[in-house]
Amino acid sequence: MKEGPILQIQEITKTFGGIIALNRVSFEVGEGEILGIIGPNGSGKTTTVNCITGFVKPSSGRILFRGKNITGKPPHKIADMGLTRTFQIMRPYFSLPAYKNLVIPLFSPRARRTGGWRGGGRRGDRNTVGIDILEEIGFERDSYVPFKVTSTLPTGYLKRLELARCLALKPELIICDEVFSGLSMSEIASMVPLIERLQMSGITLIMIEHRLRELFKVADRVLVLNFGEKLVEGSAAEVMADPRVREAYFGSEKVEEVMRHA
Amino acid sequence: MTTGTHQRRKERIDRGIKVRTEGIYALMSWRELVYLIMPRFVIIVGLLVAPLMIPDMYWQRVISIVCIYALLALSFDFLAHQVGLVSLGGAFFVGVGGYLSAVLNSVFGFAALLSIAVATLIGGIVCTLLLLPCLPLRGVYFAIVTLMYPLFMARAIEALDILGGTDGIMGIDSLPSAWMEQYFIIGMLLLFLFGMRRLVNTDLGLVLRAVKDNDQAVRASGMNITSYKALAVFIASAIGCFAGASLVHIYMWAGISTFALDFSVLPIAATVIGGSGTLVGPVIGCLILVPVSELLRDFGTLRIVFYSLILLAFVVFRSEGLMVYGQRKYHQIERWKKI
Repeated sequence: MKEGPILQIQEITKTFGGIIALNRVSFEVGEGEILGIIGPNGSGKTTTVNCITGFVKPSSGRILFRGKNITGKPPHKIADMGLTRTFQIMRPYFSLPAYKNLVIPLFSPRARRTGGWRGGGRRGDRNTVGIDILEEIGFERDSYVPFKVTSTLPTGYLKRLELARCLALKPELIICDEVFSGLSMSEIASMVPLIERLQMSGITLIMIEHRLRELFKVADRVLVLNFGEKLVEGSAAEVMADPRVREAYFGSEKVEEVMRHA
Repeated sequence: MTTGTHQRRKERIDRGIKVRTEGIYALMSWRELVYLIMPRFVIIVGLLVAPLMIPDMYWQRVISIVCIYALLALSFDFLAHQVGLVSLGGAFFVGVGGYLSAVLNSVFGFAALLSIAVATLIGGIVCTLLLLPCLPLRGVYFAIVTLMYPLFMARAIEALDILGGTDGIMGIDSLPSAWMEQYFIIGMLLLFLFGMRRLVNTDLGLVLRAVKDNDQAVRASGMNITSYKALAVFIASAIGCFAGASLVHIYMWAGISTFALDFSVLPIAATVIGGSGTLVGPVIGCLILVPVSELLRDFGTLRIVFYSLILLAFVVFRSEGLMVYGQRKYHQIERWKKI
């Protein structure tokens, strides 16, 4: 796991008017690991994602991806380098059939350069590669599901579709913004092995989550944000044991319950 | 029921030939083939035969004007409903294409067809460059800027007395023959129409539609949305410039009126009537609106009143547009089937 950081966040600060959304947050993500980021609502998790992926420019600080400074670069350039994200509020192309959603990322310069997921984009046409990716991510291939109009799909599939869109780019790092939220227990149960499979295939993941129990199963390391500042960073057990986290996040009684289950 | 007589039930014709998803068909018989081809056939043959059916010179000219407006409506529909850029720039495209072609023909001595072709290309580039600054913006800015340019151009030509000033540029060559003029424009309309239908179904067309649906997701997929918007604006403005260049060679005159806002507004009205986002709909809309506007000429100033009433009726009673309505009804056509 320790091969030097793929992503380095150095003291990023983001202010919206007078509100400090992020205050000198620094952390690193190692090659091939899964980093969980948790924190109460409004603690700056999504702002962190937006800063890293270029959707928001940090007010100060530096972000290095594979040693290269990507601070303030436009989102498409960052995605082109292999740093992709899912959206917390899912953003599929609702009017298209599910598999057509993947034709769009497969059309991107990066996918055409790399061939997309598993290099299939070079050989086959984008429709079949799209269906391949959907199968990989848990859509039943020989059913109507990949052909259904996206707006008719249930949340579980839409979350997978978000991930699939990232995969189509043959990413090196995926930032998952709450992929577990809104899913049923069984849907999450089928999602966890998928996340683990992605890690096995060499993709680094940052997971923003509220579903702690499931997150702690997959995350190698966890970072806690509170009011825009980094509170604690460490293994799941360390984070859970930290009294500051209990205070800021769980409430002191709730944590006992979570610990029991974890 | 197990009576001896044969049983029948109704079945939709398109049920059997649609495979899994829209746009892929499995044809089992001649009848199904005819069912599928008929609407396209009617449009193509209808447009080609129309000038032969109407011997009147005046109405033949009206057909050409219909085609000009249809091209503009096609360009509007493409930008607004496939890429998500609402353009009020029909007049701008016509004016730029028209004046370019006029200058190329009268000053540089290009042949009519060549100057149309060059004006189409250069006009597309010029319009795209001028509209480029407002492409990264979301919202109404694109519409405002496209509305502003033709007003600006007309006043600039008038005030500075350039490009012939208020008299315009006269003595422009017409196309080699009347028949050629007629069929050149009809042919190009059909070419652009079916070419556009192809384009929106390619992967590139899909990306353009995605820019409209969800630009953030496209950016997150590593694509520069501004460059795709610029490409779409180039395609649309080139079509508009082609329409303008052709118009100038039909009238053998280019003047300030090529920047008239009619060229912006009528295509939008036609799109509303024909059905937005269908590409064919706007063409059908022009086929109705332009001749109606000619017929209403006798009413003088009341023309606009009637015109507005027709539009109002469509917006209120058939806001989906003729094409969408017709398409739905066509898909619902049933046949008897023995069981």
